[in-house]
Amino acid sequence: MDFNYLTTIIFLPLAGAIIVAFVPNLHHKVIKWISAIFTFVPLALSIYLFAIFDRSVGAIQFEEKLSWIPTINAHYHLGVDGLSLPLVILMTFLGFLVVLISWKIDLRPREYFAWLLLLETSILGVFCSLDLLLFFLFWEIEVIPMYFLISIWGTGRKEYSAIKYVVYTLFGSAMMLAGILSLYFATGSLSMVDIAQTGLATFTAVIPVAAIFFLLLTGFAIKLPVFPLHTWLPDAHTDAPTAVSVVLAGALLKMGGYGMIRLCVTIFPQVAQQYAPLLVAFAIVSVLYGAAVTLRQTDLKRLIAYSSISHMGYVLLGIFALGQVSLVGATLQMFSHGIITGLLFAMVGLVMHNAGERDLRKLGGLVRQMPIIAVVFSIAGLGALGLPTTSGFAAEFLVFVGSFTSTVVSGIQVYTILGVLGIVITAGYILWMLQRVFYGPVLEKFNGVKDADILERVYMFAFVAVIMLVGIYPAILTDVIKTGIMPIMGLLGA
Amino acid sequence: MPYQLVWLIFLLPFFSFAIISLFFRPFLNHKPKLGGYITIASLTASLGLSVWALMEVMAAPGHELPIPDINWVIIEGGITIHLGLMVDSLTAVMLIVVSLVSLMVQIYSQGYMAGDPGYHRYFAFMSLFTGSMLALVLADNLLFMYVFWEMVGLCSYLLIGFWFHRPAAANAAKKAFIVTRLGDFGFLAAILLLFFNTGTFDIAELHSLAITGALAGTTLTWAAIGIFSGAVGKSAQFPLHTWLPDAMEGPTPVSALIHAATMVAAGVFLVARCYPLFSHSVEALTTVAVIGGFTAIFAATMGLVMTDIKRVLAYSTISQLGYMMLGLGTGGIAIGIFHLFNHAFFKALLFLGAGSVNHATGTFDIREMGGLRKFMPWTYATFVIASLSIVGIWPLSGFWSKEEILASSLGSQPILFYLAMLTVFMTAFYMFRVVFLTFGGKYRGGGSEAHGKPHESPSVMVMPMVVLAVLAVVSGFWNVTGGFGQFLGHGETHSFAQGFFGILTHPLPWLSLILAGLGILLAYAIYSVKWLSAERIGSMFKPLYTLFYRKYWFDELYENVFVGKALVGGLFAGLQVFDTYGVDGAVNGVASATVAGGRAIRKAHTGQLQLYGLFIGIGILAIILCLYFFG
Repeated sequence: MDFNYLTTIIFLPLAGAIIVAFVPNLHHKVIKWISAIFTFVPLALSIYLFAIFDRSVGAIQFEEKLSWIPTINAHYHLGVDGLSLPLVILMTFLGFLVVLISWKIDLRPREYFAWLLLLETSILGVFCSLDLLLFFLFWEIEVIPMYFLISIWGTGRKEYSAIKYVVYTLFGSAMMLAGILSLYFATGSLSMVDIAQTGLATFTAVIPVAAIFFLLLTGFAIKLPVFPLHTWLPDAHTDAPTAVSVVLAGALLKMGGYGMIRLCVTIFPQVAQQYAPLLVAFAIVSVLYGAAVTLRQTDLKRLIAYSSISHMGYVLLGIFALGQVSLVGATLQMFSHGIITGLLFAMVGLVMHNAGERDLRKLGGLVRQMPIIAVVFSIAGLGALGLPTTSGFAAEFLVFVGSFTSTVVSGIQVYTILGVLGIVITAGYILWMLQRVFYGPVLEKFNGVKDADILERVYMFAFVAVIMLVGIYPAILTDVIKTGIMPIMGLLGA
Repeated sequence: MPYQLVWLIFLLPFFSFAIISLFFRPFLNHKPKLGGYITIASLTASLGLSVWALMEVMAAPGHELPIPDINWVIIEGGITIHLGLMVDSLTAVMLIVVSLVSLMVQIYSQGYMAGDPGYHRYFAFMSLFTGSMLALVLADNLLFMYVFWEMVGLCSYLLIGFWFHRPAAANAAKKAFIVTRLGDFGFLAAILLLFFNTGTFDIAELHSLAITGALAGTTLTWAAIGIFSGAVGKSAQFPLHTWLPDAMEGPTPVSALIHAATMVAAGVFLVARCYPLFSHSVEALTTVAVIGGFTAIFAATMGLVMTDIKRVLAYSTISQLGYMMLGLGTGGIAIGIFHLFNHAFFKALLFLGAGSVNHATGTFDIREMGGLRKFMPWTYATFVIASLSIVGIWPLSGFWSKEEILASSLGSQPILFYLAMLTVFMTAFYMFRVVFLTFGGKYRGGGSEAHGKPHESPSVMVMPMVVLAVLAVVSGFWNVTGGFGQFLGHGETHSFAQGFFGILTHPLPWLSLILAGLGILLAYAIYSVKWLSAERIGSMFKPLYTLFYRKYWFDELYENVFVGKALVGGLFAGLQVFDTYGVDGAVNGVASATVAGGRAIRKAHTGQLQLYGLFIGIGILAIILCLYFFG
């Protein structure tokens, strides 16, 4: 390995953040350009990695390993496999586009972009770390920029939401840290790869293995989120600035799903199998409950926020169905949801910014004033309701097929069918929302409201292109994802 | 020519969709006609290729063309999905129906939609629809089919809501999508169930598994019922019929193409495509027949009393689709599909006629029309031909296919046969009620948008109607000697006698002709010569009239009681309250408790080192005691 691709990808945004924060007297425009460049290069690099990724083996690639704290056997250990690479691309893609989405930010842009770039570094670090301590470090760093971004640039009850987010996340990470420490004291290693390979059978832990599993799982379940640990999400999403909502829904929630696969399933395959029925039940509750509550929302942004709970329920279903196809589906669903919901939040932001209204009962007829936003919003909505030819369909279908045919949980067919019922409710709230915002009589109060400008059209097009590409030819991602899932299937003994 | 060219049949309309939406609408919006031209050009090519495919299929051994697959998603040891086309006799017939009717409708639309600001959007959606519909009938596996099944549903949604500024249109569009999706839920569940049990989505493989008996029993029945529930949604069969009448909010050519001739018939096609799954499960086949037969008469009763010409036609479509299901359930593929084939032409024609009438009078209310025979001779003539055909008058196309359905249902489901016979009478009555009210008597002034005297529509609209009228006469001749039945592979023919005149040697056709004649006569008596007063009859059967007119209160039951009160207003609202006060309340409660606890404990932090020292001392003592006792 000549060139440390992953280190470069992870720390370029941080470098940008440092420049933006500490070089004095930078003009607004310059700050934005610097941010754009320092996020575009990681995107380009990650696409390059995707192109040269060896799809024939199920191994970790582009590995970097340096001794970090020898006394506790901690390493600076990075690497990606078929599971994490799509999420890295997702984050670098969103990372670049949110800079474009934030182009109109005028309030304290220096700090704003610094925090935003730091956020990208921390999330990328989570997806690339193979050392538990490093993983935890990146996981914790993410909270800081998030807190400031919501509480300073947010709207509504922003301080409440920001604190709620921080406390909730720290509660989860405290559990996680306890779990990681228990693992470390049991095995003496912090390497995810080593622990997964040797398994836990030969070690004696201070607390039962299942308890470690649940400590870690709680941390991830809060992030995902899983009912009943979800109430931070609607508040944080609703009150965050647009770009932060995009990252939050698009990439941050995926840390939860990724952690579940990478740690809970890979390190504790037996425990995961044992408790899969319970977790699948929680998944279905999240799907149906989330969808039902979404249908009752009257705030445009809150509606989209709630829909994430339902959609991430499919991820949980796919993960704990513990089948090869279902895990591939869950990973694809994470990617797909990231792009689709990212676009939905971006569109919500535009509607709110241009029309100055977010209450669904007061919106209407906007397709006349903003035809392009209406079309793109509709495409994103159709992706969310799982219309074929969008990535949403490919992902949800793989989750359904994979779960239905899984052999781990008995009676999972019934759960899956209940989950499929969720797509009917989803159609209900998405179409209702689109009708409320765009259709119906043209309202005079919105006369003169602007449609998307050139820059906005560019990033919209990028989102739509990815949604359609993955929807029409999902193998472009599944061929990579399946190389990451295959070793896990080996551990599960399937 | 290589068989791969079949791909072009459905790709060409997709290209036209892409060109219109990516180039014409942004850059050439001032030249609206272009969108129509390119749609028509691509559909002409598709029609040509469809005709070629039909010829090839007729000549091919086993009536099937081999076409190589394309890999879509492969996960080793889990799932393998290919995209492929299946071109057999059923597909070939459907290709002709879809591309021909669509072409006629697009030509007609050039006149009907002229001057509409959404012209490009209209043709873009129409192209997308036609492409998806053609792909739907070409798909060789259930998943690929489901994909386009949803796509045609999307186009239907977009086109019903074409005039989205009207709340009624936006509501109707949403209703259509959600109600059909309820059916699609069953379809998707059936796909999952079949894959779970067989490991394949491929239709041909599923056929052979069902035929050999590897796929049988309750699994097969449930899979078939699930597939049928998709068909019930799309084909607006009872109890998911409520969306189709509302779908008439869309532009009339859309109703002609999507909600009469092609998309709503996709449900019938789906059952025909999966026929071996149904024919090896008695329960499933009986369900199809019963739902179909019941829907036929159920919808016809509502058609009797509607005053909106398009709604009468909509109920008539539901009723005729019920006939097709009955034909599939009691006879076989050829019986149901033959009626689909004939119905596509005459029903599209009826809708185009309704559009033409609306073009002249500015209304769809038949009470405001009247006397149009003089002003619109072409529309009148073609509309009457289509009406006679749907009623089933010898020797028009509807006669031949309806006869087979009646004959096959007499054989296996006598009760449904009597219902179907009664429906023949009703069909004749409601169709000629429309004919007499619209074209007979004196002109009653039209709608508020009417301008002066009504006039015949431009030739660009009349010409497609004439073409369809010719087809409404002759399309039935294909099966006069059982040719259609043989082509579809099983040679089923359930008429008791054959031949152009020969069929009249059996009493059954005479019975249905007499019933149809009586229906026409009754309509004539009430609405033309007024021997009987419509009001008197209406008040005589007041409760029945109200029941039909209010559509058996199904809309109220579904929308207000079920969705409004029980789900959204009841359960979902309850969950919302639970989420805010239960789940989130608990979170906030924990937070408040912590804060309160902090306040309480703060009192202990006095800042006096002596006190801290005391507590440290007590703590150490406690640890020592613990070690002493437990250690």
